[in-house]
Amino acid sequence: MRRLAAAAAVCALLLTGCSADGGGADSGRITLRFQSLAWQQESVDANKELVKEWNTSHPDIRVEYVQGSWDSVHDQLLTSFEGGEAPDIIHDASDDLADFAYGGYLADLSGLLPERLTADIPRQSWESATFGKGVYGVPFLQEPRVLIANKKILDSSGVRIPTAGKPWSWEEFRQVTKTLTEEMGEGKYGVAWPLKEPVSVTLNLGLSAGGQLFHRGDDGKVTIKFTDGDGVVPGTVHDQVNTDKSASRTTLGMGGSDTLPGFFGGKYAMVPLGFSYRQQIVQQAPKGFEWTVLPAPAGPGGPAQGVSPQTLSVAEDTPHKKEAARFIDFMLQPRNMVRLAKGDWMLPTGSKALADPALHTDEAGWSTGAALARDLRSAPAQSVRGYPEWKDKVATPALQEYYSGAIDAPELEKRLVNDGNLVLSRYQR
Amino acid sequence: MTTPRTSRSGRAGQYVALLCYLVFLAFPFLWLISTAFKPPRELGSLHPTWIPDDPTLDNFRQAFDEQPLLRAAGNSLIAALSAALIAVVIATPMAYVMARNRNKLSAAATGWVVVSQAFPFVLVIIPLFLILKNLHLINTLSGLIMVYVVWSLPFALWMLGGYVRAVPRELEEAASVDGAGRLRTLVSVTAPLLAPGIVATALFAFITAWNEFFFALVLLKTPQTQTLPVVLTHFLGAEGVADLGPLAAAAFLATIPSLVIFAIIQKRITGGMLTGAVKS
Repeated sequence: MRRLAAAAAVCALLLTGCSADGGGADSGRITLRFQSLAWQQESVDANKELVKEWNTSHPDIRVEYVQGSWDSVHDQLLTSFEGGEAPDIIHDASDDLADFAYGGYLADLSGLLPERLTADIPRQSWESATFGKGVYGVPFLQEPRVLIANKKILDSSGVRIPTAGKPWSWEEFRQVTKTLTEEMGEGKYGVAWPLKEPVSVTLNLGLSAGGQLFHRGDDGKVTIKFTDGDGVVPGTVHDQVNTDKSASRTTLGMGGSDTLPGFFGGKYAMVPLGFSYRQQIVQQAPKGFEWTVLPAPAGPGGPAQGVSPQTLSVAEDTPHKKEAARFIDFMLQPRNMVRLAKGDWMLPTGSKALADPALHTDEAGWSTGAALARDLRSAPAQSVRGYPEWKDKVATPALQEYYSGAIDAPELEKRLVNDGNLVLSRYQR
Repeated sequence: MTTPRTSRSGRAGQYVALLCYLVFLAFPFLWLISTAFKPPRELGSLHPTWIPDDPTLDNFRQAFDEQPLLRAAGNSLIAALSAALIAVVIATPMAYVMARNRNKLSAAATGWVVVSQAFPFVLVIIPLFLILKNLHLINTLSGLIMVYVVWSLPFALWMLGGYVRAVPRELEEAASVDGAGRLRTLVSVTAPLLAPGIVATALFAFITAWNEFFFALVLLKTPQTQTLPVVLTHFLGAEGVADLGPLAAAAFLATIPSLVIFAIIQKRITGGMLTGAVKS
């Protein structure tokens, strides 16, 4: 009996001892919670430093840095919104905002942001965070998809080296990968497409060939149509893998990081990756490994491609929207945007930040990326309701089967369009 | 009837199967240790090795520099130990009642316990969040511990119920004849015999809480209260990109408390449950 009583006492002690809230007492000043998804050391440091600078210069509006994580951020935010416990300032990606914006969880920032910031960020970037008539996030970092190439293999092959001003066409790219594969020999490939998540890659690069797939009618409803432009990128990848054998079949199911060992080992001459992967390459590449950053292939419409920028939003429930918007304005001052961009190895959206000389060096391909920035557009599908379901249930399996050669182009088109429109119609009744 | 020769070959096959299984179980853990000590350049090698060519502690240093691992480990330890302790304290008498009194009520209760295990986390998280919010238990370890206790209770009950049924009624009847009351019998006779089961159940509750991620992610808002699984995700970027070295180092450290606790109490689990219980 005494043992039971002792155990109960221990439980009570444990519970009372660990019930501290973790938050400080409210001393009258405003406290805003800023949930950041920064995860790389340099990026976390930059965010924390900026919060510290803000707190020093704004003693009346204290900002508390809260570390979030990309993993499960949607579920975590959704629960927080439902429970009325969301952070005041929210870091996320624009392709995750649609549900929150339409659900009324995010504040419309139109009218809250200063003209300086509104004018500094190009219209096409604002489109990525505009849902209906409202603006629900400030896009501040973005990354194009680029070709990371083995410089030695490329130079020795004699192929034309593309520049941001004169990228390869999709047809030229296919020819180049064939040439490289022939020169590299057995078991090696001109390109390795990491297509574990094939939908965003296909749609975003598809813009360069005039692909759009999602078409909004006069009534505001979105339908899927498959045009010739929509077939260029998937057709190129399919043919590289199945016809030319110039792209590795095994990497189709891999994530970007998984392809790096093969790339470093000279198994692949090029890997299409997000711009921020350069950080991993700098860290992990063997000594003496020479690499370069090339623009992604372009179509008749130029090197346009879709991106889903990282955003800063304000929770609708916060009573301090103006103060939160002031903090966002501070975070995204041009010099601060540059610090954040360098920390994340990405490009800033702001025109003034983008002009910073630090982002125009040839080192690690910064200048190539910066030159691509003006051609970045809002990812085609991110404001479409029902897109996540279409992506998971229809497009991902269909594209995976097409790229592996299990189905042909007409079947791919049929699935993307017919099955896709059935999904979208449920969201647009 | 099997010949000795067949028996020997059969036994050899069993050992081979066991060895394969052990290797399968050990592989991820050994790879984790190997990765934790590798410098970034070896992580990107096309021909990875078990033993790092140039072992380093930098991943551990970086992991501790970047994230509050010790505080998170402390939070996890408090949450997991408390949940385990409370779960067995509650589950033991409940399991006893459900195992010894077989009637419609206990059958219904058992059925409900089993069904409750099928609830997905996302189904319960929002109501749970709102309840805890009204109780001012969001962002507290107390709230998280309550959730862990409730979540582990059904399985703990089911597990302990089996152990209770294995205790012969005759022992309790003998105690009754000797004049012991119901509670005295439970505490002095049944509970000691249940010790291995109680320890195994506590270990189950501990491991469940120690590894749990989703509830902790949603219910804990500030770095001061976050647990180890939540902090580990801070080494992950968008689209599954990871800071692999520090992540492996932190994950390796996260496995140590479970291993230590398991090593300490494993004899209690494997010891003969009813050894010496009945006089011959």
